[in-house]
Amino acid sequence: MADWEVVIGLEIHAQLATKSKIFSGSATAYGAEPNTQANLVDLAYPGVLPVLNAEALRMAVKFGLAIGATIARRSIFARKNYFYPDLPKGYQISQYEHPVVGKGSLAVVLDDGAIKTIGVTRAHLEEDAGKSLHEGLANASGIDLNRAGTPLLEIVSEPDMRSAKEAVAYMKKIHTLVRYLAICDGNMQEGSFRCDANVSVRPRGANKFGTRAEVKNLNSFRFLEKAIQFEVARQIELIESGGKVVQETRLYDSDKNETRSMRSKEEANDYRYFPDPDLLPVEIEQEFIDGVRATLPELPDEKAARFARDFALSAYDAGVLCASRELGAYFESLTQALGTTHAKLAANWVMGELSSALNRDNVDITAARVSAADLSALLGRIMDATISGKIAKDVFEAMWSEGKTADAIIEARGLRQITDAGAIESVIDAVIAANPKQLADYRAGKDKLFGFFVGQVMKATGGKANPAQLNDLLKAKLAGESV
Amino acid sequence: MLHNLSIGELADRLAAKRISSVELTAHFLARIERLNPSLNALITLTAEQALDSAAAADRRLAAGERGRLLGIPLIHKDIFCTDGVRTSCGSRILDNFVAPYDATVVTRLKSAGAVMLGKSNMDEFAMGSSNETSFYGPVRNPWDTTRVPGGSSGGSAAAMGARLASFCTGTDTGGSIRQPAALTGVTGIKPTYGRVSRYGMVAFASSLDQAGVFARTAADAAAVLEVMAGFDPRDSTSVDAPVPDFPALLEQPLKGLRIGLLREFFEGLEARNAALIEEALRVYRSLGAETLEVSLPHLPLSVPTYYVVAPAECSSNLSRFDGVRYGYRCAQPKDLTDLYKRSRGEGFGAEVKRRIMTGTYVLSAGYYDAYYLKAQKVRRLITDDFRAAFQKVDLLIGPTTPTPAFAIGAKIDDPVTMYLNDIYTIGANLAGLPGLSAPCGFIDGLPMGLQLIGPHFSEARLLGAAHQFQRATRWHEQIPGGYE
Repeated sequence: MADWEVVIGLEIHAQLATKSKIFSGSATAYGAEPNTQANLVDLAYPGVLPVLNAEALRMAVKFGLAIGATIARRSIFARKNYFYPDLPKGYQISQYEHPVVGKGSLAVVLDDGAIKTIGVTRAHLEEDAGKSLHEGLANASGIDLNRAGTPLLEIVSEPDMRSAKEAVAYMKKIHTLVRYLAICDGNMQEGSFRCDANVSVRPRGANKFGTRAEVKNLNSFRFLEKAIQFEVARQIELIESGGKVVQETRLYDSDKNETRSMRSKEEANDYRYFPDPDLLPVEIEQEFIDGVRATLPELPDEKAARFARDFALSAYDAGVLCASRELGAYFESLTQALGTTHAKLAANWVMGELSSALNRDNVDITAARVSAADLSALLGRIMDATISGKIAKDVFEAMWSEGKTADAIIEARGLRQITDAGAIESVIDAVIAANPKQLADYRAGKDKLFGFFVGQVMKATGGKANPAQLNDLLKAKLAGESV
Repeated sequence: MLHNLSIGELADRLAAKRISSVELTAHFLARIERLNPSLNALITLTAEQALDSAAAADRRLAAGERGRLLGIPLIHKDIFCTDGVRTSCGSRILDNFVAPYDATVVTRLKSAGAVMLGKSNMDEFAMGSSNETSFYGPVRNPWDTTRVPGGSSGGSAAAMGARLASFCTGTDTGGSIRQPAALTGVTGIKPTYGRVSRYGMVAFASSLDQAGVFARTAADAAAVLEVMAGFDPRDSTSVDAPVPDFPALLEQPLKGLRIGLLREFFEGLEARNAALIEEALRVYRSLGAETLEVSLPHLPLSVPTYYVVAPAECSSNLSRFDGVRYGYRCAQPKDLTDLYKRSRGEGFGAEVKRRIMTGTYVLSAGYYDAYYLKAQKVRRLITDDFRAAFQKVDLLIGPTTPTPAFAIGAKIDDPVTMYLNDIYTIGANLAGLPGLSAPCGFIDGLPMGLQLIGPHFSEARLLGAAHQFQRATRWHEQIPGGYE
């Protein structure tokens, strides 16, 4: 079997978080009743004209600056012509030969900690189409034009990714970035952030790319990964069985976990792009670019580098903590409350208990049920030895579900750690007395039984014995020393 | 008679309460009823609404308000969207279309108190030079009803020639105001591209379309244009430049005005046509202007250039007419493709289809560079030629059309011959320049036009030059027999 190299490029569509549409004054809010957010411009009435929303342009420039891209001082909107009922004008206004954002790049951290730079070919502004609704209508299709004219930034990467995992890491990075920049809400369920993947394979070492297939409509990181994996396997199997990959557009079906052909290159539309005569070329002044640059927040990479440096965290931990602006802010306020020297403890809790609770309940960090202040109070109780780290996890769960403070839960449940050596000793004595056989075995050399004794003591104290003290006392008792 | 009075005179009489707007409106409505059946100049008559608007104008007048167009009746070309009134664009596909909004031009004239009498016939989607491509049948020229009035604003031109309104609106993409104005003996102005908002004007070729005016005289046209023109934030191509008080600038002296004679316009010009232009030049020289010959070497390429650019844009602009949201929808569509094919196939006429197909072709993969891109380059060269010419002269003068009005049916089956009718007018559209046609005499009893083309935003200069020509001549006062 040949050794295959996978080549992936992504086209990410980020819906820009403007209040109104890119060429009309209609609202862009998601979830409204069908066709209530479509005005005459969106409906493409005869005689209406598009007017560019300057905010969409500002957001595109912001993105360009964040990836170190060239910003075109002159960009041009073009018409992409095709007929479809959810495309009211019969053309989509997009940027074709002259996009507003040119070449840029960004770095992604791979699972093994390696850093890889992915090139961004371009990013351009365009309008979204409406939606066709086929459910619940007999012999008819409904058209909802609320989404028609919503601003999109299409971010086109170079074919720089070599595995599904790299593609996911890149998409996540862009996802993080657009939310940092507050130019996209990143909501993938609602379609605010989605991508198409261009996938091909070639024998390792070959310098020409293989024929690619474009997989459309990937609206989750998991689907992206699975679709690429499926597509790679399909292409390799096809080639190895003597077939040829054809250039085509394929659709990923998440229910069946497969990609299916939508249309081949021969069937592809001739979009007859030409500059939209209703819109003048967009001319950008240097002052405009400087003004946008001044609004850039601390970017994820900058923040992660600062975390790693100031809080002595690993690059990986720092990267995870900067996955969103809000998560970074949570961690930072927690660390400030505890003191910088406890940053590692704070990081472990944010990435551990807090993140799993958020994931389990599927809530965002901004809706976390334990605030940074409350969590810092809890961690303070570990640091002052009131409770053990293990007990603290239970307290955290209780805080999460009951919404009470750490101290209230510790008091109510009597979880205060036993640090009285005498009390621990008497429990140890009782445990040893109750387990003569294990004691004999231990003393005969079965060191592993130490854990058994720890467990028994913890069980008897309800987990409250101070672990370090227990360790020392138990060791001495088992050795037959008097303490 | 009221229909022969200037807008200024009518405004004075309205202000002096010698007449009311309702009386004036009723006068024109009666003329339309009597004279339009033989002309077919109107698609929609809005008599009741007109009388209501006139009554409202009378109340404003009674309250002491004054305005150049307050209470003055007009006819809109049926390409401008009018809230609550059908906007057909001369096409079956919009035969049932009632716009829910007013075009900016309509809004501006409405606010000024002008009274809409109805909407005029036109070539389908403004594609034509004879007004024979209309779904509503050809318009007839009041000078000879066996002849065309020109196009595409043929209805407005014929209505103006027959004095069915005090003024009419039109649009000009390749000559659609100037050519029919010439053929019906009226004054027509196409302003600078961007001078008048295109919002609410059904698009034919967006980079060329411009709204303008048909009037009895340049002075009347000046009064109307002053109201129509101005920046509109809803049209990204409209220009944010101050609008001069055109009527106040009509008397700017012509002494020392440098008038350019386009060599390319006179080559092969029919002798009688050339003689009319020569006579006009004599008038201008007597008013103190100088004349000199200039050349625009790329101008002969304007017709082929136009017939790439305009169809390309129209093929895209007309995609929205798909039978889905408004307009004509075929009966019992089998599926989506059938809906598109039959709605458009049945809804559009032959000339529109010809241009959509031409435009689709020139934009398609493999042909774009050879046609569309090449045409854009030539367009730039033509624009540069004009710019160079305006370094030497203040305006250019030539004929508006090669011939007077031709017979209905004479050219309709020969599109290329038909297209050559616009040979003198298209250049101004490609370069976005203002152009004006004013009556300058007759050939075989049919009116001919003198065309003035100026640099960008020189409407005041064009209107003034035409106005002073009209003070020295009587051609614009000629009215076709039976319409006095």
